[in-house]
Amino acid sequence: MNRGIPFSSVLMMSFGFAFLYAPIVILIIFSFNSGKLVSVWSGFSTHWYAELLQNEQILEAVWVSVRIAVVNATIATILGTLGAYALARFGAFRGRTLFTGMMAAPLVMPDVITGLATLLLFVGIGWTRGISTITIAHITFSLAFVAVIVRARISSLDQSLEEAAMDLGARPVKTFLVITIPMLAPALVAGWLLAFTLSLDDLVIASFVSGPGASTLPMVVFSKVRLGVSPEINALGTLIVLLVTLCVVLAAWVFHRQEQGRLRDQQAAERG
Amino acid sequence: MANNPSNSPDKASTVAERNSRFGIPGRYLVVSAPYIWLLIFFLAPFVLVLKISFSSAIIAQPPYTALFDWSAGLVPDIKGTLDSYRFLFWDDLYVVAYLNSIKIALISTIICLLIGYPMAYGIARAPGNWRNVLLMLVILPFWTSFLIRVYAWIGILKNNGILNNALIGLGLIDQPLPMLHSDFSVYVGIVYTYLPFMILPLYANLARMDESLLEAASDLGCRPWKAFISVTLPLSFAGIVAGSMLVFIPAVGEFVIPELLGGPDTLMIGKILWNEFFRNRDWPVASAVAVAMLVFLVIPIVIFQHFQAREDRD
Repeated sequence: MNRGIPFSSVLMMSFGFAFLYAPIVILIIFSFNSGKLVSVWSGFSTHWYAELLQNEQILEAVWVSVRIAVVNATIATILGTLGAYALARFGAFRGRTLFTGMMAAPLVMPDVITGLATLLLFVGIGWTRGISTITIAHITFSLAFVAVIVRARISSLDQSLEEAAMDLGARPVKTFLVITIPMLAPALVAGWLLAFTLSLDDLVIASFVSGPGASTLPMVVFSKVRLGVSPEINALGTLIVLLVTLCVVLAAWVFHRQEQGRLRDQQAAERG
Repeated sequence: MANNPSNSPDKASTVAERNSRFGIPGRYLVVSAPYIWLLIFFLAPFVLVLKISFSSAIIAQPPYTALFDWSAGLVPDIKGTLDSYRFLFWDDLYVVAYLNSIKIALISTIICLLIGYPMAYGIARAPGNWRNVLLMLVILPFWTSFLIRVYAWIGILKNNGILNNALIGLGLIDQPLPMLHSDFSVYVGIVYTYLPFMILPLYANLARMDESLLEAASDLGCRPWKAFISVTLPLSFAGIVAGSMLVFIPAVGEFVIPELLGGPDTLMIGKILWNEFFRNRDWPVASAVAVAMLVFLVIPIVIFQHFQAREDRD
């Protein structure tokens, strides 16, 4: 039932969404500014996009960041899913309290602490710093975020399918691979995408654990922003917003269709 | 076979119980990969931070002294020092930065709650289709580059920025307000960045609240506002705590926002830690700053985990 939304809530929602989106809209508008200022309009131009696509440093950083993000997202999704499955389905096991703690703490731990701590580990064991160390550090916090998403999905799953498979003699590993994983698919995709963007977005941890020659996109953007604003960064931001919006809308649409298909199948099955 | 009682499935058994079929070795195999990973790359580093905070800085690689001297034989000679901690407590800079970080994080959390609660409430009450769209609108900014969204505020808050130009254009002010590089812009940046973290747990909590309680209250003559205070608000307590912790804890250690939007006198502990490490190259003091921050954050982190665990049981 719908009791209606109170007026104060509507007011705050309008304000809140304006607050969340105004900077993004302004960012996009000024990426097409012909002048160098990011606050005074002086005419339409795509000049800054051309400039951006010729900036070797940024292009190289994009490539470094994307490689890290893909490896990170893949490993974090595997580890996060295993962790989420253990927490959701295994009941009590030895060391569960510590495990729960380690799966939740990265969600809130300030980046500067995680960054410093992880760096000290790599220095302590004498690991050469670079792309590999950034990837490892990213996996560590990403897997906790993946686990949150996957766990929410596991707890909303209908367990009877897994039970049916096991009743029919499927071994637990096979049940997990053939029944559980496909049912978790939307959460796995969402988790992968989240881990990917978290990695692409991280400045602080990467700065701590990076070595010479490994500059991620946020590290390059940060050093540019420190020197002052530039419409080139606006152009970059616009491209990122565009790409993310496309991905999110596409993913939402695919899942929506899938869910509807599943519901139809279910209804058909119930009708016999 | 179906008639064989020993083989017939027990209807009451849950998947959790059936997973015992994974067998003890199987279960440990599943849990051990993430477990070992977190032990090595999450827990061990904190032990190292603690260890190095008791060392002293030297110009070498790595730039700190060894805590244990094994040259004497089987029993190591412990060369720990409290110098870094003494330094933290004697120098006003650190104490002030500490208190200031907590103040800024606390006020930002309250502002996020004041904006986020009505928003989450509105989304939870919105009709089905709208609900998903609104929820997506909350999540979407979270997926786009945080750094670039913070950067966008520079162009808005600058002296010759969009907001000042607009206010002057409207004739409300004749001198630009110095909004950028002040505590004000840090608050704007933190509230802006962390607002979705407040809204999402609140929404999750409010969306599954049992409506019949509110109906009962209104049937019994309770006015909507009173029903909100005495029914909805207490029931959403877990969501309020989860959201507040997701904002407060990372905000205390925030670096990027005070660095880009704050002024030279905006002291925050995350910025201090960064500077100790990258500018002064004093790893032991940076570690001591981290340990001191953690000691303070342990209580909110434990509260957060407690509520996470409680949500899991529901």
